[in-house]
Amino acid sequence: MTPRLGIALTALLASASAAHAWEPTKAIEIVVPFSAGGASDQMARTIQGIIQKNGLVSQPIVIVNKPAAAGGEAMLDIKASPGDAHKLITTSSGIFMTPMTSKLPVTWKDFTPVAMLAQDAFGLWVNGASPHKTAGDFVTAAKSANPPLKVGGTGAKREDQLLSIAMEKTAGIKLSYIPHQGGGAASVQLAGKHLEATTNNPAEEFANWRSGSTRPLCVFSEKRMTYGDPVAGDQSWADIPTCREQGLDVSYQMLRGMFMPGKVTAEQQAFYVNLFKRVSETADWKEYLARNALVADFRAGEPFVEFLKADEKKHEALLSEAGFLVAK
Amino acid sequence: MSSTVAGPERGLSRRAVEATVAAFLILLALLALWDSYGRGAGWDNGPENGFFPARVAWLFLGASVLVLVNSVRQPDQLLVTWKQLGLVARVLGPLVAFVAMIDHLGIYVSSAVFIVLFMVVVGASRWWSILLTAAIVPVVCFLIFETQFGVPLPKGPVEALLGY
Amino acid sequence: MEELQSLMGGFQVALSWHNVAFMVIGVLLGIVVGVLPGLGGPNGVAILLPLTFGMDPTSAIILLSSIYWGALFGGAITAVLFNIPGEAWSVATTFDGYPMAVKGRAGEALTAAFTASFIGAVSGVVLITFVAPLIAEFALRFGPAEFFAVFLLTFCSFIGMGKDNKAKIVIALCLGFLLAAVGLDTISGDLRMTFDVTELMRGFDFLVVVIGLFGVSEIMLSVEEGLQFKGSKAAIDLRVVLRTWASLPRYWATLVRSAVVGMWMGVTPGGAIAASFMGYGLAKRFSRNSANLGQGEIEGVLAPETAAHAAGTSALLPMLALGIPGSATAAVLLGGLMIWGLQPGPMLFVEQKDFVWGLIASMYLGNFAGLVIVLATVPLFAAIMRIPFSIVAPIILIVCAIGAYTVSNSTFDIWLMLVFGVVGYVFKKLDYPLAPLVLAIVLGDRAEDAIRSALIGSVGDLGVFFSNGLVSTLMVLSLVLLLWGPLSSLLASLRDGLGGSRTPRSAP
Repeated sequence: MTPRLGIALTALLASASAAHAWEPTKAIEIVVPFSAGGASDQMARTIQGIIQKNGLVSQPIVIVNKPAAAGGEAMLDIKASPGDAHKLITTSSGIFMTPMTSKLPVTWKDFTPVAMLAQDAFGLWVNGASPHKTAGDFVTAAKSANPPLKVGGTGAKREDQLLSIAMEKTAGIKLSYIPHQGGGAASVQLAGKHLEATTNNPAEEFANWRSGSTRPLCVFSEKRMTYGDPVAGDQSWADIPTCREQGLDVSYQMLRGMFMPGKVTAEQQAFYVNLFKRVSETADWKEYLARNALVADFRAGEPFVEFLKADEKKHEALLSEAGFLVAK
Repeated sequence: MSSTVAGPERGLSRRAVEATVAAFLILLALLALWDSYGRGAGWDNGPENGFFPARVAWLFLGASVLVLVNSVRQPDQLLVTWKQLGLVARVLGPLVAFVAMIDHLGIYVSSAVFIVLFMVVVGASRWWSILLTAAIVPVVCFLIFETQFGVPLPKGPVEALLGY
Repeated sequence: MEELQSLMGGFQVALSWHNVAFMVIGVLLGIVVGVLPGLGGPNGVAILLPLTFGMDPTSAIILLSSIYWGALFGGAITAVLFNIPGEAWSVATTFDGYPMAVKGRAGEALTAAFTASFIGAVSGVVLITFVAPLIAEFALRFGPAEFFAVFLLTFCSFIGMGKDNKAKIVIALCLGFLLAAVGLDTISGDLRMTFDVTELMRGFDFLVVVIGLFGVSEIMLSVEEGLQFKGSKAAIDLRVVLRTWASLPRYWATLVRSAVVGMWMGVTPGGAIAASFMGYGLAKRFSRNSANLGQGEIEGVLAPETAAHAAGTSALLPMLALGIPGSATAAVLLGGLMIWGLQPGPMLFVEQKDFVWGLIASMYLGNFAGLVIVLATVPLFAAIMRIPFSIVAPIILIVCAIGAYTVSNSTFDIWLMLVFGVVGYVFKKLDYPLAPLVLAIVLGDRAEDAIRSALIGSVGDLGVFFSNGLVSTLMVLSLVLLLWGPLSSLLASLRDGLGGSRTPRSAP
């Protein structure tokens, strides 16, 4: 793993000609391990748009959604196509969690890491008409609620449910976590007052926040977001306090990145590292990051692998604490 | 291929097929029950994930047993004659061969072989129309799916030789 | 009438010559895409999406939505001619469409299907035009309990009718539910009934099952009678269109009922699939010649097509107004909107008036263009029935295999299709009904997710299904429909031929 990455990196840094030594010869397939319309899917389609608008690749880009088994199907598909340099997979924390919570014979080490493009924050969202003003209000209400307050998120045994469990443990409350097919569906359920809160990503609640149907209480990040432009009314992403500031000491962020199948050549890997580097420098990409309040964090090569190793350990601890870890 | 001249036509008995299918369905129901109870089919603050499959499987089991019992009790009939079954086999045979070939030869070459096989087995076609169909269909499929719409289909050694 | 004014503005945008050209091109491409099961609506739109990046958003959405309309029209063609539904909502169209084709009435069936699609779609667009904001609000009232009630209503309107062996109906339904349960369970996040087989993990895709059950098995059945197709004497001139149209006014009740059901199901996120089954189920229950439905009645084609397209079109409303895609194609369109720099959601109607009204106007025009184009091709498609069996049959089977493969790029699915082909053949020989099986596969796991979500929220309290007016009404309606058959025969025997036929209203 490491030697191959090393080669890729030197190839990338050493000479431009090496980076251009390999070019795709047919359509590039980006496999999205979640259903259409979700945050991963939006990112893939934005990248598709940017690449084609700016003519960064001569070949077309095809997006393929493989949502089955919480992305497990997509991961197995990539694992089953070693050496196929016309396939990419978008990843989130699911790349650690899906294998850990199921018996699927796959890990991220079966793939070739290309680049981390950003980190995604999570917020605690309530209906626009909700009486809660702060995370503290929410916790107080949860303490006396019977039946427990309903918190919605994407899927089961994944990041949203981990957040819900972390809130329960930290604040000593009981919540009813309700899994949805995607963040969009959860957001609509929140707007319709069928849920008390969601732990959605900013992108998943953006449209409803702007229209006033939903509202953030706090963000589960170490520090506040940086985007200061007004989003809803005079509120900006940077105005949302962190949950820790409000006494709910839970923080979690999720990587968003790209992987390739294993056993690709260093030139092929370098081509994509270079491609995504260029994507990440476009104005469109920066606008996309701002619109979705993603934390800009481009990493490739060794720094990316280091990040993955540390993040994997963190998720293993979280899942084991929640009792979701499956012994293989 | 010759049908019996005297007496009723011979073939598969309805009772036998009905009973076999019912027995197979009972097996499926037991499999589903085993899996559901293995994962938990109770009620734990709401149904567990085996709750509904288990209930459905019980119903399924009951209905299948009923069909099995009925099949034995009812008078037997002819379900399908051997001749009809022979005709079906002449379609099914090439089809199975086709699907088996796809993994090794890719879908385009397999299609050509399948068309030839099918048309020869079914008969009633001149040799030139067979060859023409076998040549045109895969090429048109290739042009539409592979080149125009960019939908990748399984390809084998022949396509690789041609650089795809 | 502010809407009318905005709509006129929209027409001005949509009727510029290059937008009309895009519309025609889009519809033609859409038909091609819809006829070939390997491509399908979402794929077709996604593939052409990149072409539109340089265009202005209104022209782009006109082109892409026209592909969508074309694909919707095209999907009915294979359903009628070869019993192969290209999309889930075409399944109910095969119930009577294919028998009609077998009887040599393919031209009529196609005309009916296309016209019904058009009527359904236009009803949906009218709804979007005039009551959009109200409806968006209404859609928000659907929580998990209401979702479950809608699915239950669909099942109840469809099941409990027909002369099939009751035990076999139950078996077909249960088998469908069990097949739907295979794979990942959303609520618990665990895999079910996969027995550690990797291929089973993604569950049974509806399209693969249906291509096998309906398409492949039909070819096996038709060769029993000799190696040829039935129905080769289909009329292939355009007069059949006029003749069919002349007979349509007779079925106004079915058309209106299906359009209302469709619009309602499209807005409440029940969707086009549920709508098509419900439309067919209600027609079977309340039509005057309901006994003949399933054997090639034009009404059995009109009912599901109208409902499916009314729902499919109305479902674009939640996409625009709430930013939730109602279907895979809508999801791809949604991606397009964002790439063109438009943010779907409640603000779209306020901030992008030109775009929204241009799109709505193009829905009217695109469907009209689509209808004209597909009707012109009716003779062409009816003529396919005249090609010798030995040439068409292998081509159909190859296209089936391609369709099954492209669902998730797996050759395992082609084997699965073959297995379901044999299952379909055996089931049809033994008189197991296939429709309940398909309905349960399509809606089974969604219904289960809904009921379990509702029960998690209420901590196991079943009262949640009668907790408000909306959900109670739906539940009661479901029970009424379920008991309608036994009840109405009881009433009939009581009144003993006193007459007096009521046309029951469908749900409000």
